[in-house]
Amino acid sequence: MTTYADYTTGEPVADTKAPAGPVNERWDTRRFEAKLVNPANRRGKTVIVVGTGLAGGSAGATLAEQGYHVVQFCYQDSPRRAHSIAAQGGINAAKNYRNDGDSIHRLFYDTVKGGDFRSRESNVHRLAQISVEIIDQCVAQGVPFAREYGGLLDTRSFGGVQVSRTFYARGQTGQQLLLGAYQALSRQIAAGTIEMHARTEMLDLIVVDGRARGIVARDLITGKIDTYYADAVVLASGGYGNVFYLSTNAMNSNATAVWRAHRRGAYFANPCFTQIHPTCIPRTGEHQSKLTLMSESLRNDGRIWVPKAKGDDRPANKIPEDERDYYLERIYPSFGNLVPRDIASRAAKNVCDEGRGVGPGGQGVYLDFADAIKRMGRKAVEAKYGNLFDMYQRITDEDPYEVPMRIYPAVHYTMGGLWVDYDLQTTVPGLFAIGEANFSDHGANRLGASALMQGLADGYFVLPATINDYLARNPLGDDVDDDHPVVQEVLAETEDRLNLLLSVDGDRTPDSFHRELGELMWEFCGMARTDSGLRKALERIPQIREEFWRRIKVPGTGEEFNQSLEKANRIVDYLELAELMCLDALHRAESCGGHFREESQTPDGEAARKDDEFGYAAAWEFTGTGEAPTLHKEDLVFEYVHPTQRSYA
Amino acid sequence: MKLTLRVWRQKNADADGAMSTYQVDGISSDMSFLEMLDTLNEELILKGEDPVAFDHDCREGICGACSLVINGDAHGPERTTTCQLHMRSFQDGDTIDIEPWRASAFPVVKDLVVDRSAFDRIIQAGGYITAPTGAAPEAHATPVPKPDADLAFEHAECIGCGACVAACPNGAAMLFTSAKVNHLNVLPQGAPERETRVLDMVGQMDAEGFGGCTLTGECATACPKGIPLVSITSMNKEWLRATRKVAKK
Repeated sequence: MTTYADYTTGEPVADTKAPAGPVNERWDTRRFEAKLVNPANRRGKTVIVVGTGLAGGSAGATLAEQGYHVVQFCYQDSPRRAHSIAAQGGINAAKNYRNDGDSIHRLFYDTVKGGDFRSRESNVHRLAQISVEIIDQCVAQGVPFAREYGGLLDTRSFGGVQVSRTFYARGQTGQQLLLGAYQALSRQIAAGTIEMHARTEMLDLIVVDGRARGIVARDLITGKIDTYYADAVVLASGGYGNVFYLSTNAMNSNATAVWRAHRRGAYFANPCFTQIHPTCIPRTGEHQSKLTLMSESLRNDGRIWVPKAKGDDRPANKIPEDERDYYLERIYPSFGNLVPRDIASRAAKNVCDEGRGVGPGGQGVYLDFADAIKRMGRKAVEAKYGNLFDMYQRITDEDPYEVPMRIYPAVHYTMGGLWVDYDLQTTVPGLFAIGEANFSDHGANRLGASALMQGLADGYFVLPATINDYLARNPLGDDVDDDHPVVQEVLAETEDRLNLLLSVDGDRTPDSFHRELGELMWEFCGMARTDSGLRKALERIPQIREEFWRRIKVPGTGEEFNQSLEKANRIVDYLELAELMCLDALHRAESCGGHFREESQTPDGEAARKDDEFGYAAAWEFTGTGEAPTLHKEDLVFEYVHPTQRSYA
Repeated sequence: MKLTLRVWRQKNADADGAMSTYQVDGISSDMSFLEMLDTLNEELILKGEDPVAFDHDCREGICGACSLVINGDAHGPERTTTCQLHMRSFQDGDTIDIEPWRASAFPVVKDLVVDRSAFDRIIQAGGYITAPTGAAPEAHATPVPKPDADLAFEHAECIGCGACVAACPNGAAMLFTSAKVNHLNVLPQGAPERETRVLDMVGQMDAEGFGGCTLTGECATACPKGIPLVSITSMNKEWLRATRKVAKK
C-alpha cells in the first residue's frame, strides 16, 4: 500500500518569465517585453482580487487606477481590517538616507542570505529595487512615517542586518501602510472602478479549459453562495500560520483560498517554511486563543537573557549581573540581540529546553530594558516603544519599565505558499498570487520589516505590470456562466461540503479539532523537526481528519450568519494542508532558515544546509485528498550571492 | 471565577432581540474578555444551541473588529479594545451585560455584530489623498515638520471600531470623521484636497444618519486609541474655513 509519504517526483518547474542578463536589468527588461493592454480596452476586462491586505489592497487600487474593472473580496466587515494592519516594526527600503553603506545590492544580498539561500535571485533583486519607490508612494498618500526634527524620514535597524534601513510609524507601521492602501482602494470604490464585497469569503476557484475564470464565494451574512467571473484572478489572501491554531495571525486568517486553488491545480511551494517569531508574549493557559507579537524592533535596545543556573526561580531583579546569561550576545558577538529571527527563536528554545526558561512552565526568556532606560532615559524609551510597553502591560499585568518582559517564540509568518513565476503567476494560467499567499522572495526565512515591503511591491508595482502581459496575450474565448458544467460541479462540491459539515451533528466543536491539530503541528513541525516526529504527525493527521468528519458539530444552518460553519470549513483545509507541510518538512532532510531538522546541524548546533541535495524550491502538485502528491523541483541558481554557511557570530 | 452574563441575542437584522442569561464557570483572570466568550460558545455548541455571534479578528487591539458594549460602556471598563480587556477587570460572581454597538447608523447583523459600512462610505467620500501609484515624488522632496507629522500620526491611529459612535448619546460619528480629516489635512501632501475632503466627508457622515454633535465628550473617553476631543473642534474649524473658501469662489 502506498502512503501519503510515498510521493513521486515529476518534471522540474522553471521560472520561465525572468529574463536573462544582468540581475539589475531584468525587471526593466521584463517590463519592456511585457505586452500592454490598450487603455480603452481595460474597462472591458475584469480582475478578481481576493483579500484587502497590503498586497490585495494595493493591487486592487492600482489595477483600478489603470482602468481595469476590479471585483474585490474580504471576509472582514471592512477592507481596512486585513491582518497586515497588525504589523508593528517597519518596512525596509534601500534609500541609504543614513549614508551607512546601504544600497539596493546590499538589501538584495541581505535578503538572499537571510533567506538561507532558498529564494530566487531575480525576484529578490527586483524587490530591493522597488523598495525605494514604495516609500515615495506611501509618503505621497499621507502615511505618517516617523520623522526627524528636520522634517526628514527617520529609520531604524532591524534583525539580521547592520544598516539602518527600516522606515516606521511608531509600533504601528502595518496599520499606517494598510490604511494608505485602504484609502487608495476607497477612492476607487467611490469612483465605481472597484466592486467591493466585504464579509464575503472565497470558497473555491473556477478553472475552465485550464485557465482561472472566477471564484465561488459565500456571503457571510446571508450564507448565499455565488459565482463571480473574471479575466484573471489574484489571490492576496495571506499566509497559513493558523494551521498551528496558536499563532500571531488574526483569528479568521485562513488558508482556504490558497488551498482550494492548490486543489484546482496550482502548485504549493515550500509549505514547511514557516517563521517562528522570537519575541511574542508567552501563553498563559489552555484558554489561550491566539498569541501576541512584540515587535522585533524591541531587540534594538532590549537585552535577552536567562539565568545561568537551571531552575533559578528568583525574580529577575534578584538575579545578580554575573549570574545572568545574555546568550545571544555570548554566542553571536557581532550581531548580538539582532540575529535573524530563526536563530533567535531556536536559541530561546534551546535555553528553555536546558531548563533555564523563566515564567510559568519555564517557557520564556527575559527581554530586559533596564540598561536602555539607564542609557537613554525612560522618556526616550517611552517615545520609541511606549505603545508596545502598554500592550505588554495590558496583557500580562506586569510593568516592563520595572521588570523585564518575558518573551517566547510563536508562529508568525509563512514563507511557503503558492508557487509563482517571475510574473507572480501560479501554475494555473490566469491565477496570480501576491504577498504572503505566494512562496515569495524570503526563501527559508524572512527578515524583519520585509513582509510589508514584499506585499506592497507585489501589489503596487509588480502585479500591475505583469498581469497586463497575461491579459494582452491571452484573449478569452467564450463567456463562462453558471450553466457551464465545470461551474455546476464546483458549486455542487462547495454546497455538499458545507451541508455535510452541518449534518454530521457530532460531539466535538470546530475549535477542539483545530486545537488538537495545532498542538500536533507545534510539537512535530514547529521549531525543531525530526524524521520520526514528522512520520508520527503524518500518521496522526489522517486519523484526526477521519474523526473530524465523524464527530464535528456545527450548529445552525448555512443560510445565515454562522461563524461556527466558517470555522469548520477552514479547518477542513488545514487538515489537508498540515499533511503537506509535514511531508515537505520530512522530504527536506536538511536544515535551512526556519526549517530546522535535528538530524542536520553543525557541531555547534547551527542549521546545516545541504545545497547539493536541496538547493531547490519544492513545488507540490495535488493528486487527491490523502493521496501522495507529486514533487516538482525548481533549481535555484546563485550567480551573485554565493551560498555560504550563514554566520552571524 | 463564576459569572452571570446577560447577552443581547438577535437572530438577524429583521428579528426582534432580547437579553438572554448564561452562567459561565472556571474563568481565569488571565483570560481576555473574548476568550471568556469563547468558553461560553464552546459550551453552547455542545449543548446544541446557537453560539453568540461577535466580531473579532486580530485580538491585538489594532484591527478594530471587536465591538461590545459591556455594562453600558463601549469596550468595557478599561480604556482599550474589547479584545485587550482581561477578566482581571472583573470580580468573581459579577453579572455582566453584553450588548452590541447601539446606533441607528450601525444596524445589528446578528447578536453582537453590527454593520459599520457607513464608516467605509465616509472614507470613500474623501478620506484619502489622490496619489495614483507611480506618480509619487521622491519622499524627501517635501519635508514635514516633526510636530505636524506627530499630530497627523496621533489622528491616523484611529482603528475605525466605532466605539465613539456607540458611546455618544447622539450616535454621532464626529470623532471618527475628524480623526481622518485631521490626519490628512495636517500634512502638506493633503493640502490640495483640504477643503473638498472635509466638506464631502462631513456631508457623507450626515447622509448616513449619524446624530449631531453636542460636544459631550463621551466619544473621546471611550476611544481605545486616545483620539482627543479637540480633534472635533479642529474639524469644525476646517469645515468653516472650507465653507467660506468655497462660498468665495
